This record gives sequence, C-alpha cells and structure tokens, in this order.
Amino acid sequence: MSGDLVTGIVIFTLATYLGVMLIQRVPPTLHTPLMSGANAVSGITVVGALVVAGAGHGWISTVLGFLAIVFAMMNVAGGYVVTDRMLEMFKQSPTGAAPQERAEAGTGGDGKRP
Amino acid sequence: MIPAPVVALLYLVASVLFIVGLRRLGSPATARRGNAISGVGMLIAVVVTLFDRAIVSYGTIAAGLLVGSALGIWMARAVKMTAMPQMVALLNGFGGGASLLVSGAEFLRAELVGDQVPVDTGITIQLGILIGAVTLTGSVVAYTKLQELLSGRPLVFAGQKAVNALLFVAIVALSVYQLATPDPLLWPFYAVCALSLLLGVLLVLPIGGADMPVVISLLNSYSGIAAAMTGFVIGNSVLIIAGALVGSSGIILSQIMCRAMNRSLANVLFGAFGAQGAAGSTRSAAGLTVRSVTAEDAALRLAYAQRVIIVPGYGMAVAQSQHAVRELAEQIEKRGGEVKYAIHPVAGRMPGHMNVLLAEANVPYDRLYDMEEINGEFAGADVALVIGANDVVNPAARTDPASPIYGMPILNVDQAQSVIVLKRGMSPGFAGIENDLFYHEKTSMLFGDAKASLTKLVAEVKGV
Repeated sequence: MSGDLVTGIVIFTLATYLGVMLIQRVPPTLHTPLMSGANAVSGITVVGALVVAGAGHGWISTVLGFLAIVFAMMNVAGGYVVTDRMLEMFKQSPTGAAPQERAEAGTGGDGKRP
Repeated sequence: MIPAPVVALLYLVASVLFIVGLRRLGSPATARRGNAISGVGMLIAVVVTLFDRAIVSYGTIAAGLLVGSALGIWMARAVKMTAMPQMVALLNGFGGGASLLVSGAEFLRAELVGDQVPVDTGITIQLGILIGAVTLTGSVVAYTKLQELLSGRPLVFAGQKAVNALLFVAIVALSVYQLATPDPLLWPFYAVCALSLLLGVLLVLPIGGADMPVVISLLNSYSGIAAAMTGFVIGNSVLIIAGALVGSSGIILSQIMCRAMNRSLANVLFGAFGAQGAAGSTRSAAGLTVRSVTAEDAALRLAYAQRVIIVPGYGMAVAQSQHAVRELAEQIEKRGGEVKYAIHPVAGRMPGHMNVLLAEANVPYDRLYDMEEINGEFAGADVALVIGANDVVNPAARTDPASPIYGMPILNVDQAQSVIVLKRGMSPGFAGIENDLFYHEKTSMLFGDAKASLTKLVAEVKGV
C-alpha cells in the first residue's frame, strides 16, 4: 500500500464521520433539499472529468472525459439550482403567529420568532 | 499554471466550503445561504482544476461545461415540485455515470499507453466502475418507477437473489483477474462494466414504490462513494472529502427512513415488500361498512372545529392539491380554528417530500410537525383530515401482529375526535394492505379526486 492510499483512507474516514455529525442535525423538513444539495456536491467528480478530458491522452479519453463533464455538470448545475428553488420557498409564519411555541429542541431552525 | 501546494490549499478551501454549506443546511433560516456557499466551493474547485498543469486543451472542456450546465439548469427550472423524487433519482444517476466514465477513462488510458497501474489505484478504478455503474442504472430504474413508466410494484422472478449474488461474484472475479494479469487485456474491463450496469438494474427492480425513499437515499450515498473512489483514482483529496460527505448523508437518510418503517435496510433492499399484497394479513374488509360523507357535511365539521390536524400523503402530491390544502387551512384559521400539519417521515416518495410541496404552497414551515412532535396532540384534535395518506395512518401497525406493517411507527390519527379521509376510492395503499381506519366508526370518507374535493370544501367552509 502506498502512502497516498493510506492518506486517502484517513481523509475518507474522517470526512465520513464529519458528514454523519453534520447530517444528523438536519431537521426532517429539510431532507429533500439536503438530498439534492448533497447530490450537487457529489458532482465534484467534474474535477476528475476535467483532468481526463483535457489532458490530451488521445481521443478515447477525450470523448469519455467530455461525456463525464456533461454528466457531472448536469448533476452540479441541476442540483444547486433545484435546491435553491426549493429553499427559496421555505418561509416562516409571516406574523409569527404559529399555533403555539415549540419548546422542543432538535426541530431545527433557530426557533426565533419575530 | 498554479504551484502544486497552492492548488492543494485551494482544494482545501473548496472542501471547507462544502462542510460549512452542509452545516448551514441544518436550519431553514440559513439553508439557502448554505447551498450558495457550497456552490462557491464547487466553483473554486472547477476553476482551480482548469488552471492546473495537466490540462492542455480547453475546447472539449468548454463544450462539456456549457452543455452540462445548460441541461442541468433547464431540468432544475422545469421540474415540478411533485416530481422532485424523479429529479433527484436522475441527478444521482448522472453523478454515478460521471464517476464510471472517469474511472473507465483512467483505466483505458493506462492500458493503451501501456502504463503499469499500481495495484491500489487498480482496485479503486474497479470500485469506481462498479459503484458508478450500479448508481447509474439503479437510478435510471428508480426514475422509471417513480415516473410510472414502469410499474411501482416490485418486479420479482425466481432465483433473483441468486442471480444478483452470482453477478457480484463474477464482477469481483473479473476485477481480480484484471488486476492480476500482466497482459493489457480489455475484455475483462468491458465485462465488468456490462455486468455492473446489469447489477444496478436487477438490484432496484424488486423494490416497490413505497420503499423508494430508502432507495433514493441509498443511491445518493452511492453517488458520493463513487465520487470518493474517483478521488482515489486521480489522487485528489477534494473528491474524497466531498464524496465521503455525500456518502454519509445518504446512509443516514436511508437509516432514518428504515427506522420510520421499522424495517432493516436488508429487508427493504431484498424483501420485495408489497409483492404478495395482503397475503400475510388475516384481516379482510368483508362485512365492514364505510361511512361516506358529502363535502357539505365535511365542511361543516371543519368550519366549527377548534383544532384540525392535516395529514398529507403521496395522494396529495399526485392530485397536485397542496395549494388547495393551504386555502382550506386559511379558511379554517379565518374562522378561529387552529391548523397543524402532521408529516410522517416516509410520507411521499422521498424524505421531506411533503414539506417541499407544502412550502411551495406557501405553508410556513413552522406549521409542519414531525411524527414525534405531533402524535400526542391527535387526542385533542377535533378533526384529523387525511389527504391521500394510507399506510402511515394504518392502526394495524399497532394492533395486528399479522400485518406486514406491524411495528411501523404511525401517526395516531385514530385518536382524534373525528377523522375525515380524502381518498380516490377504496383501493389499498402501496403496501397493498387493508386499512382499518377507513372502517372506523368515527371516520368519514370523502371520495373523489383530492383537489376537486378540497376545492369544494374551501367553497363550502367559506359559505358557512
């Protein structure tokens, strides 16, 4: 095993743990935008696709790289735009006249009312 | 041309922005900003890569970036909120497909040039191909099921699990052979690609429509892991970090969904739930009567109710009736009643689907309550209004050990003073199980298209 691989595994493990910590805090009401937003992040493969397509390794690499860029960018652009569209719609009660105060923690939101 | 350490540090900045973005997605008040921050991280990662040393030709890249972005933005703008599960399934598929292509291209490049690929890189290439391919075709099958191009029922055939296991073993064997042989062979590579694509199809086919929230979450996770594998292949830590974050998010969401159905992930994936219908249950609807109600009577009860809890389900999405729901709630509130929404974790076809639809209809998110928050309040509610929900309000989950959904946590709709159910007809839900709630003495059924019924109710309540 090379050092690179070991470093990669360390990074992967820590990032996975961090992801678990972060995602557990997300309230159920945001699970759909969370998923599409996370989805956009997984479009990071575009970085690999750019390297493959642009490195001048012959036409096979270029064609596969081009397709990979298209796929990844659909994931990236589509993911961010659709997530933004959804999040734009999430609004609090305008008057703050929610049926009753929710004392419970963990429902997300900053819990502040105007 | 940027020095390598600077490139690495800029990738680190991008990774941190992804993390900060995800953190902000934890609250509706900061979520939109969080998504934008994550987007900036992505922009930095792409721009840094463009200026990196390895790239010599920009024509193909520019074309790919333009075409992909245009298609992605068009899809994101055009999609209806009710179709969000399909959209996310497709996006998962694209992500997986991109990882498959990158891993495949790296493999072909090395083989054609005659490079000796180190074993560890070889392993991650094979993993990237396997996970990317399964994500791609699995997502496409999930999409066709959600779009109802294919039946939502589980598609099962004899020996399905054995075939899948065999496929998996064959893929592993071919990969090992590929890694072990010194000859520049291409056929094992093509075989691994083809078999992995097939495996993705076969894995999702036997999963029923009601279990789609779990499948989408899981495919989301796969798309992240595939991206991380690509990161190992090209030796780039930003891919590993971002991929791992997405991988864990999908796994957590799948777990939440499974817990909400009281089933194991294995049972969801391999149980072909709903294939036998009500075979497991001894109860039948014979001899039970249904009390149907007119819109006028239902409206009267809603108009004079003090506390109303609305329980939306997939039927609300199908009928596109979320706006009518909000109008009805407004009318009730105008008359002094109080309206809350009770959201079951697996209502709809993806986690949080109902919340997005209601947000689209301008329902403030602080009126939406999770199952644990609201279950204690049903007993004090005058009317529980069930709109196109079925299995998540089925008391058999509590009372009938023979029922396939026994043990699943449900919304305690049956504890409300009275229940009004908006439903198209008496067909059973996705799980194919009879629902005792519909025959209960305090339940009134208002049959018809949810949107038409709601529109009638709004008019009637206004006129009271």
